[in-house]
Amino acid sequence: MFFKLALKNIKRSFKDYAIYFFTLVLGVAIFYVFNAIESQTAMLNINKSMHAIVDMMTTTLSGVSFFVAIVLGFLILYASRFLIKRRNKEFGLYMTLGMSKRKISGVLLIETFIIGLVSLAVGLLVGVVISQFTSVLVANLFEADLTNFTFVFSASACIKTMICFALIYLVVMIFNTVNISRQKLINLLSSARQSEKIKVKNPWLCTVIFLIAVAMLAWAYYAVTAGVEEVLMEDVNMVYLILVTGAVATFLLFWSLSGLLLRIFMSWKQVYYRKLNSFTLRQFSSKINTTVLSMTMICLMLFVTICVFSSAMSIRNSINETARQSMPADVEFTEAYRVNNEDDSMTVTINQQGMAQELGVKDFYRSEGVDIDSLFSDYVEYTTYVIPSWSLRDSLGEAIDDIEAQFPMIYYDQSETLIRQSDYNALARIYGNPEVDLAKDEYAVLANYENMVTMRNRGLATKPTIKVFGQTLKPKYDKCLIGKYEFTATSNDNSGLIIIPDEFKITGENYYITRAIAKYKPGQDSREVDRILEDTWNRGLDGEKAKEVKFWVETRQSVIDDGIGLGAMVTFIGLYLGMIFLISSAAVLALKELSESSDNRQKFTMLRKIGASEKMLNRALFWQIAIFFGFPLLIAIIHSVFGIIFCGFILNTFGNMNLIQPIFLTALLIVVIYGGYFLITYFCSKNIIREHRV
Amino acid sequence: MKTVLELEKVEKYYGSKSSLTKAINNISFTVEEGEFVAIMGASGSGKTTLLNVISTIDRVTSGNIYVDGEDITTLKGEDLNRFRREELGFVFQDFNLLDSLTAYENIALALSIQNVDAHEIDTRVKTVARELNIKDVLEKYPYQMSGGQKQRVASARALITNPKLILADEPTGALDSKSSRMLLEQFEQLNQKLSATILMVTHDAFAASYASRAIFIKDGKIFNEIRRGNDSRKEFFDAIIDVMTLLGGDMNDVL
Repeated sequence: MFFKLALKNIKRSFKDYAIYFFTLVLGVAIFYVFNAIESQTAMLNINKSMHAIVDMMTTTLSGVSFFVAIVLGFLILYASRFLIKRRNKEFGLYMTLGMSKRKISGVLLIETFIIGLVSLAVGLLVGVVISQFTSVLVANLFEADLTNFTFVFSASACIKTMICFALIYLVVMIFNTVNISRQKLINLLSSARQSEKIKVKNPWLCTVIFLIAVAMLAWAYYAVTAGVEEVLMEDVNMVYLILVTGAVATFLLFWSLSGLLLRIFMSWKQVYYRKLNSFTLRQFSSKINTTVLSMTMICLMLFVTICVFSSAMSIRNSINETARQSMPADVEFTEAYRVNNEDDSMTVTINQQGMAQELGVKDFYRSEGVDIDSLFSDYVEYTTYVIPSWSLRDSLGEAIDDIEAQFPMIYYDQSETLIRQSDYNALARIYGNPEVDLAKDEYAVLANYENMVTMRNRGLATKPTIKVFGQTLKPKYDKCLIGKYEFTATSNDNSGLIIIPDEFKITGENYYITRAIAKYKPGQDSREVDRILEDTWNRGLDGEKAKEVKFWVETRQSVIDDGIGLGAMVTFIGLYLGMIFLISSAAVLALKELSESSDNRQKFTMLRKIGASEKMLNRALFWQIAIFFGFPLLIAIIHSVFGIIFCGFILNTFGNMNLIQPIFLTALLIVVIYGGYFLITYFCSKNIIREHRV
Repeated sequence: MKTVLELEKVEKYYGSKSSLTKAINNISFTVEEGEFVAIMGASGSGKTTLLNVISTIDRVTSGNIYVDGEDITTLKGEDLNRFRREELGFVFQDFNLLDSLTAYENIALALSIQNVDAHEIDTRVKTVARELNIKDVLEKYPYQMSGGQKQRVASARALITNPKLILADEPTGALDSKSSRMLLEQFEQLNQKLSATILMVTHDAFAASYASRAIFIKDGKIFNEIRRGNDSRKEFFDAIIDVMTLLGGDMNDVL
């Protein structure tokens, strides 16, 4: 019997449940889709280096899933509490009819169970269908060809989804039961209709608060954009202060704007007393008044969504673009080793100037039957030295105390990396960096990671003299040279390379890294050359000569592949979080709006009685909901403009950020999800206020 | 005298063929301009249904209703809204004020729906507020007003559009006796000074005694009709009580 009652309740209140159900299905589907990516990548035709990054991605995604599950849990809890509150009168009625609280909880339990079961089933079904399309997206992001496309069903993702949502529903059930058992009958019965009290805010107070909010926002905006150097570089912890200021300012903005906007429109009588405008504006203002906190939360969530998603997309784009530009050669051979000049037993021969031995790359390949000279057009070998007795602290000179006070998190005792002038100049010609001509006692610094360049320039301005290995060096320039020198997918990641004269003697125990970079001769199939070099090297590692191969190979393509994988990972995480945040905020708004539908119905019936036309009513309803949805979005978009600029600044290591496409995609995501929720809410509300003739 | 409202053999049935309820069973009457008519009847007598079909909130099953010569039973869609907007004024038992709007805005809404200019709205709201003695509450919200004040604000909203006919559905139903008397005196004045035509549905003999005519309905039919003529309100009240006694026990409990 109670089962029947529960089932009937669901059927009856389907209108109220529709958006809740829709949200649950969406949540389940998204959760499944992103957890199923693992099994989709398994069937992709991708190489080994890509597999490593795919593993990393799936691990990260499941970590993110945990966070997502918590967000969804809160959303579902909130939504169900909302629905329960609306039915207080119904529960009151059950109690007056003599039903015990335990039995009411039972009915509720069955309801939650049925809805949970159905939404889980439908959501999984939808998820499986969607994940067939995401296979294409996955293949596209990994730039792999989708030759062997098959239907994929991820059992592990399915089980994970089921366990996760079962837990969430369990928590919901417990909360509902506790909630019901605490209620008093009188409160349940009288909670239905209490006359709304309009809190009239003092317009002067509103104006003052509004101005304070604007001032706080202006400062926060300034601090993350134009003033980023002076405010944020002064103290990195300022970022927290800026975020808190922004959040508080948003709250104050919502608090004051609701009253202020109404005042402004009220004094604009021609507009205010036109059709149902006074009604619409009053409705909106009273709703904002009671939901300042949730509006703030939603606005901030939208803000985070926009920033995370568009930054993720632009990181991916710039990784893929700059990866191709930032490596001027096709292959890099590297050997790292330790050298002790005082020790006779060292394995490495050092020539007169303390230069390192040859890598033996050519010899190795020749002995394996590969003629390197016929493949390579340029071949440059160079050695960098990692010197523990010369630290970043030394390079920053007298500026170190100031800098360290502001950036306490940086490890200043890290060893500097050195390169001899002749090696550097040969390398510079390939990388397109400025060449240098140093005197015997001079050094120069090459960097291009913007934050480090700024820091090093402050140090160089104090002209730090370095005393090391019994020699003295002074800086040739008071600024860093700009450029990079390593094989990496990103373009602005060089935090510092120190160029020293060829005569400079290095003694004691140090780490050496000897590298060779080469370009392939024109007309070669670069993929084929990559394969020859990698396969030969692998063979050398496994074979008898294993001990002779001390270097490793990295082709330009494999670095690009890593970049692609990283890009794909960032995209997925951005997409995942973005969707969940969007759904959460849109669902909260939709539920709030729909929960007032019965009140609304009364109001609209009254308006109809005094002669408002259907067109007017629909328009009033549309604008009422549109403003409710649009207001937090508008503020979030304004926040995001500055947020994205700031993200661009932080992430400039990834190189030139092209923002047009990411912003377009973000807008698309918002229009589809947020806009979708808006339309559903509008049509549901319209249906509720529709005239019901007896 | 001009006829404002004419009902011609109006019938309204509910339910299916097997269980038919005749909420209104062949009712005809006319209301002249400047009349204050009270429709009386017990719960379930059909008086609210009658008001609903006159106000076009509900449709008749058969018969015709003419307001100012226009047959309103044939109106549809936008014409219905126009009719309600321009020809009718409503006063409800539970006031039906929008609680997020001030009294002023509630009254102004009736005009802004008709696209009246904001300046004119202001003058007209102030005029009607003086008329109904609610100037002091214009800036207040419904929750800050007494029941009587709310009902007068609702009346002002009904009156401000200069409707042909004011329909009042148990206007005193939610008021204490003092507020009821004040409201009814106001209705009487509106009727006499501004010659507003009022049709009031009530089951309260005291309220009905302020009218110039009382129509009694029982089981969907007109049971009786008495006119006040030159009688005093007290005499008319006694006459109404007499009819109610005739009507039967079920109405006595409201005395």
